Amino acid sequence: MINLLGWIFIVIGVCFALLGCLGLVRFPDLYNRMQAATKGVTLGACGLMFGIFLLKGFSVMGIKALVCALFILLTMPVAAHVLSRGSLFFGIKMWHKTELDKFGPDKVGKELIEKPDSEATDEKA
Amino acid sequence: MEILIVLLSLGAFFCLYRALQGPSISDRVISVDIMSIIFTCITALMALRYNIAFLMDLAITLAILSFIGTLALGKYLEGRSLDD
Repeated sequence: MINLLGWIFIVIGVCFALLGCLGLVRFPDLYNRMQAATKGVTLGACGLMFGIFLLKGFSVMGIKALVCALFILLTMPVAAHVLSRGSLFFGIKMWHKTELDKFGPDKVGKELIEKPDSEATDEKA
Repeated sequence: MEILIVLLSLGAFFCLYRALQGPSISDRVISVDIMSIIFTCITALMALRYNIAFLMDLAITLAILSFIGTLALGKYLEGRSLDD
């Protein structure tokens, strides 16, 4: 019974990781790509490690899998937040259909939402 | 089991496409980060498949290294020094 539960966790984790990587290819913008990829892959990796812990129990491999899951769960959102804040101050443009920019041009110092005509030339290229 | 490893490798190829294609530097950084997390998952699955316990140590090391690299490049992009 607990073996079946562990395999279900592993398969769900692999599916979430694959969907996160597909979002990394398909989304239009850096920030959209970043949220899709980090959320999906974090949940997928944690599910996979928790499935290995359920399969192996309190052995050497199971404890290490649990430690690895906790580490990924703690550090992946921190890394994504630092990188997205850094690229916001670096001046990477948002998508041209973005409606609300709460961080605003008054804090960063420049307009970050992309103009539509430059996006049209981008799509042709 | 092998099918799961092949699916994760397909995801790593998606990340490789974005790392080669990506328009800005942050795309490349985040795709390399995601790719190393995928390699962590592949290493953990190999430890389960061949029943070798120290491959899990390798997985923890990969996760730590990808976190430190992404943190350093994010602070570099923000334009501050690392000790802030």
